[in-house]
Amino acid sequence: MSSMQNNDAQVISRAPARADSDAYLRSRKRKLVRDRFLAIVTHTVLIIGGISMIVPFLWMLSTSLKEPGAVFTFPPQWIPKPAMWDNYARAWSAVPFGRFYLNSIFVALAVTLGQVFTSSLAAYSFARLRFPGRDNIFLGYLATMMIPGSVTMIPVFILLKTIGWIDTYWALIVPGIFSAYGTFMLRQFFMGLPRDLEDAAKIDGCSLFGIYYRVILPLSLPALATLTTFTFMGSWNNFMWPLIVINSMEKKTLPIGLASFQGLYTTDWTLLMAGSIIVLLPVLIVFIFNQRFFVKGIQLGGVKG
Amino acid sequence: MKRFFNRLTSSETVAGYTFLLPNFLGFLLFTSLPVLASLVLSFMDWDILTPPKFAGISNFVTLFHDKLFWQYVGNTLYLMANIPITMVGALLVALLMNQKLRGIVIYRTIYFLPSVCSGVAVCLLWRWLYNPDFGLINTMLGQIGIQGPDWLSSTTWAKPALMLMGLWGAVGGMNMILYLAALQGVPPELYEAAEIDGANAWQKFKAITLPFLSPTTFFIGIMAVIHGFQGGFMSAFIMTNGGPAGSTTTIEYYIYNNAYQWFKMGYAASIAWVLFIVVLIITLFNWRFGGKLVQYN
Repeated sequence: MSSMQNNDAQVISRAPARADSDAYLRSRKRKLVRDRFLAIVTHTVLIIGGISMIVPFLWMLSTSLKEPGAVFTFPPQWIPKPAMWDNYARAWSAVPFGRFYLNSIFVALAVTLGQVFTSSLAAYSFARLRFPGRDNIFLGYLATMMIPGSVTMIPVFILLKTIGWIDTYWALIVPGIFSAYGTFMLRQFFMGLPRDLEDAAKIDGCSLFGIYYRVILPLSLPALATLTTFTFMGSWNNFMWPLIVINSMEKKTLPIGLASFQGLYTTDWTLLMAGSIIVLLPVLIVFIFNQRFFVKGIQLGGVKG
Repeated sequence: MKRFFNRLTSSETVAGYTFLLPNFLGFLLFTSLPVLASLVLSFMDWDILTPPKFAGISNFVTLFHDKLFWQYVGNTLYLMANIPITMVGALLVALLMNQKLRGIVIYRTIYFLPSVCSGVAVCLLWRWLYNPDFGLINTMLGQIGIQGPDWLSSTTWAKPALMLMGLWGAVGGMNMILYLAALQGVPPELYEAAEIDGANAWQKFKAITLPFLSPTTFFIGIMAVIHGFQGGFMSAFIMTNGGPAGSTTTIEYYIYNNAYQWFKMGYAASIAWVLFIVVLIITLFNWRFGGKLVQYN
């Protein structure tokens, strides 16, 4: 479609020279009408789709502000009267959402920092340094990327149980720090960097760690940002692993905290929706303001994976 | 030998191993050794409390005759029917969004919203939407005279309900963005040339767009299949507890139950390994035969 518009622009600039041709004008007019028609159809379809994306959220918001009895009325009221902002206070004090937040942020930050650090060091080693066994080790990394998580989860669970890490933050953080995928992605990116700067740095007497830290990392900010985003989101949304290794309420992350909130108030919909919004809102805000960034990150990280 | 030794102690080699070490230790401890450990475990009976007992291949024999396992395999495959549906949906949305329209950023943000939301909150929301008496879906169906089913408590409707939720969450997400990026990489000259030759929109789509998208389609498809086999745990755990009558329990859920609810570690490991082998075979198959359909430029 964008091609058509480019075409149009060219045609318009040439138009005066041919303006005398009636047939030409007619065909241009037909094309314009067709394009406008197409745009209207596209907008209509996109708006209908967009409504179905948004309406569940509005329903969630509306429910979260209703009086408990008001959810069971027919037809449903969309704008609750009175608006029960108190639901949010009740949800907030029903389970320690504040604590879940802190846990999620802390764990996600630690996992992300650790993963970016160990992955980028290893990736630099794979991409630029020569040492015996390098390519075989890298092949080993590649081979494990397809192994289902549940295969490794069981022995890791037993290992952590043996060393007494179950129900600790260590169990949430340490296994998440090492990632074959992150190493692979960064290695691919590093391979594509020009070597000139590194050679120059070498001549200036820069150490290998200095090259990694001062040359490679600054050149790789887009890839690092992508890995950071993916890792952070992955840790933030991780459900099964925290569910397995965490028991005590004050160490729960948001997803499993919200799940146990559901366990306590199974059908108290106003409260459940208020709790869900408490969990969703900050993420939505961060996303809406960094929308472009997310899209770029996906394009960079997705195609290479 | 001397040269080999020299290479081992050269500064680059030392640096190489040192930089690799933190990651490699983690890789050994949390990935490669556990893979072997779970293979060993799959030939054992172990409830964690008492010492493990060697069980030979009995876990695999039991698994082969385990009616529940086959039911859950069926559930997993059924839910994976969502993969092509979601991919077509994502492609359609990407095609619409690839046009120069006003407000395209707003559309893109709105369509992407569901996929950034934490899964548990979305599952709670949909459990409420599917509420048989007061949920939005049945209320709306009621207004056009249709008596909606009790979605999540019906063995017929629970899986389609989960799939619809999955479609809603994924149609404007990562895959759509990947398709959009691929669409923007198609050279406009090709369309212009095709127009001059009098090709209509469908012919242009078939002859130019689809071939250009084939590497993306291949990538998305392979990843979706790998994830699909291991999927379905969270939504079933939150929304249906795997029911009714096990109709939404997937392989992953069964592994979870065996390992962490019933502490049948050996049996769980054997299921996980079977899953691994199946994923491996299917991915290799996809690579071998799906790869032929891909046209790289």
